[in-house]
Amino acid sequence: MATPAFVGLDIGSSRTKVAVIGPDRRLLGHAIRRSGTDFSATAAACLDESLEMAGARRDAIVNAISTGYGRTNVAFVTAQSKTEIGCLSRFGRDRFHEAITIIDIGGQDNKVIKLDGEGRRASFKMNRKCAAGTGAFLEEMSLRLDIPLESMDALARKSTEMVKLGSYCTVFSATEVLENIRHGKKVPDIVKGLFYSVIKRVLEMDSHDGQVVMTGGVVAHNPYIVEMAGEMAGRPVVLPEFPQLAGAIGAALYALDEADPIGIRNNTPAGETNG
Amino acid sequence: MAEEKKTTRKKIQAADMMNKIMADYFYGLNDAATTGKRKVAWCTSVGPAELLQALGFAVHFPENHAAMLGATRMSTDLIPAANAIGYSPDICSYLTADIGAYLKGITPLAKAYPGIQSVPKPDVLVYNTNQCRDVQDWMAWYSKKLGVPSIGVTSPKNVNDVTDAHIDDVTRQIEALVPTLEGIAGVKLDMDRLRETVSLSRECTELWKQVLETAKASPAPLTFFDGSIHMGPAVVLRGTREAIDYYKVLLAELEQRIRDGVGAVDGETSRIYWEGMPVWGRLRQHSELFANLKSTVLASTYCSSWIFPSFDGNDPFRSMAKAYLELFIVRSDRYKEKYIKEMIEKFRIDGIIYHDAKTCPYNSNSRYGLPGRVEAETGVPSLVISGDLNDLRCISDEQTKTNIEAFIEQIAERR
Repeated sequence: MATPAFVGLDIGSSRTKVAVIGPDRRLLGHAIRRSGTDFSATAAACLDESLEMAGARRDAIVNAISTGYGRTNVAFVTAQSKTEIGCLSRFGRDRFHEAITIIDIGGQDNKVIKLDGEGRRASFKMNRKCAAGTGAFLEEMSLRLDIPLESMDALARKSTEMVKLGSYCTVFSATEVLENIRHGKKVPDIVKGLFYSVIKRVLEMDSHDGQVVMTGGVVAHNPYIVEMAGEMAGRPVVLPEFPQLAGAIGAALYALDEADPIGIRNNTPAGETNG
Repeated sequence: MAEEKKTTRKKIQAADMMNKIMADYFYGLNDAATTGKRKVAWCTSVGPAELLQALGFAVHFPENHAAMLGATRMSTDLIPAANAIGYSPDICSYLTADIGAYLKGITPLAKAYPGIQSVPKPDVLVYNTNQCRDVQDWMAWYSKKLGVPSIGVTSPKNVNDVTDAHIDDVTRQIEALVPTLEGIAGVKLDMDRLRETVSLSRECTELWKQVLETAKASPAPLTFFDGSIHMGPAVVLRGTREAIDYYKVLLAELEQRIRDGVGAVDGETSRIYWEGMPVWGRLRQHSELFANLKSTVLASTYCSSWIFPSFDGNDPFRSMAKAYLELFIVRSDRYKEKYIKEMIEKFRIDGIIYHDAKTCPYNSNSRYGLPGRVEAETGVPSLVISGDLNDLRCISDEQTKTNIEAFIEQIAERR
């Protein structure tokens, strides 16, 4: 008999993430793709890729839950959804057994979620309408500076004299960046300034209780942001394994919870191994 | 849920009666303005309407008109017209929508009430800055545009306790309006009529309070979204018998719902307080969103702001002043926190939603740390959503939806 699979699908505005976990909550398979315009097709492709990695077929899926911006677009696999905030909290509760603050930087929104010592959600905040400080900000700047997104982290680490950007607004920040280029500032210093701007926006959203944990695609690809955030916050900041999959893993955990409400299968934290 | 089903709150049968008296009111206003049979006064929402009624004016409320522009989703197309003549997109979107509508010669009244062409032309504009400074600026624009006087009351703000000094000040200001208004109305003020009007306003306000307090029942028989619509007569017809008659009918229907155990939302699992303005252009969507989550938004500062317990026919001027000053929006955060805590207890609230309206700082009480203080003292969780009363450009529907869904999830998980 095939291993039962529990699936979480996180259909984000920028990327679609799928996580497949087993009854023991171990991460068996996962996939990440650009969401594009056909959320259902992208989710299906991610699902098949994750199942293949897990060595499972679709008929092994016991339960699936969707989350994220496009959570209602995956009726082909699940009729159930949870919010990203709920799923990130579920992930945090699974991985940390203390009061934590999760800072998630996504494609178009940021979230600060506080869990109490028992893993219950105490509060959450999302960024306001503006996309400043989100992944969209860095994507826009990568286009303006003609720097591939994936090279930003290495560039920022080379900075010797960071450029500080003052504006809240992505468009005005772009103007500031161009002005700095005209004044001969070095690209690594500007990129570090962009990272600094992102961190400032998220740190000012809320206070931070307990252990600070960062998740989301931006920190997954730019771990230097986590180091900088730790310095700026004056406290260590944890980057868990698979930070970009945190919401999808949380959704998969909910899928398992609902199929196995008394938790008899629970023993190992999800995402700890063998992805 | 991948396939979203639409659940709506239950229809209130008395709505047909309300629609009829609101239609009569608007046709009456139109008749006054087009025939000249009665003088027309424009009055800000908690301006001295009782005085105007007693002097025989037909009274138009620009804020009511602006809310109609919002509810019909006309406002977002009209606001830019006011922006273009120098009224910033950051100021009151009631003001900008209403002035924009005037500039473009548009009114929702024309569509709702065949035969009405425009808002009624005023003979006088009367404001009370107890709401905000914007109402004075709003009336000032019309005053210049239409060549009619704009007069009013400049109210204290951020008041802790309403003192005799405050009341003396506002009483004198209201009394000082009388000679000008008498001159425009062409009649002397009949004090008996003023006493009667203030008494009728008091009766209306008592009934409106009883209507809102039916939501103490579980399940609650009405929602904030119902209240935002059914407060119409309390806003535009206070001081009249029609409003009183209407609220008696509405109250009876809601009391029957309580006896029958009927809630406005099927299967109510959480009880929410709404702090701030409605998002007029999203009233239905928000109502459906909460109903689908089995959550009832059942009490609000906004709807409760038309409860004036101090009206007293025996002391009309002074009691009007007191009533206009005791309003939530006039008060300090110290008072507001106490008020919200009492509402949480009275209505057994599970969570508070603060609407931070981009263009309405006076009705956005999340900007000076109040939600955190209330939450720390009561343990009742809160959520701040960004939006606006009338300018839909300031709204992200998806963010609002995710925030509200996550908030209701949070409340459910903490049980």
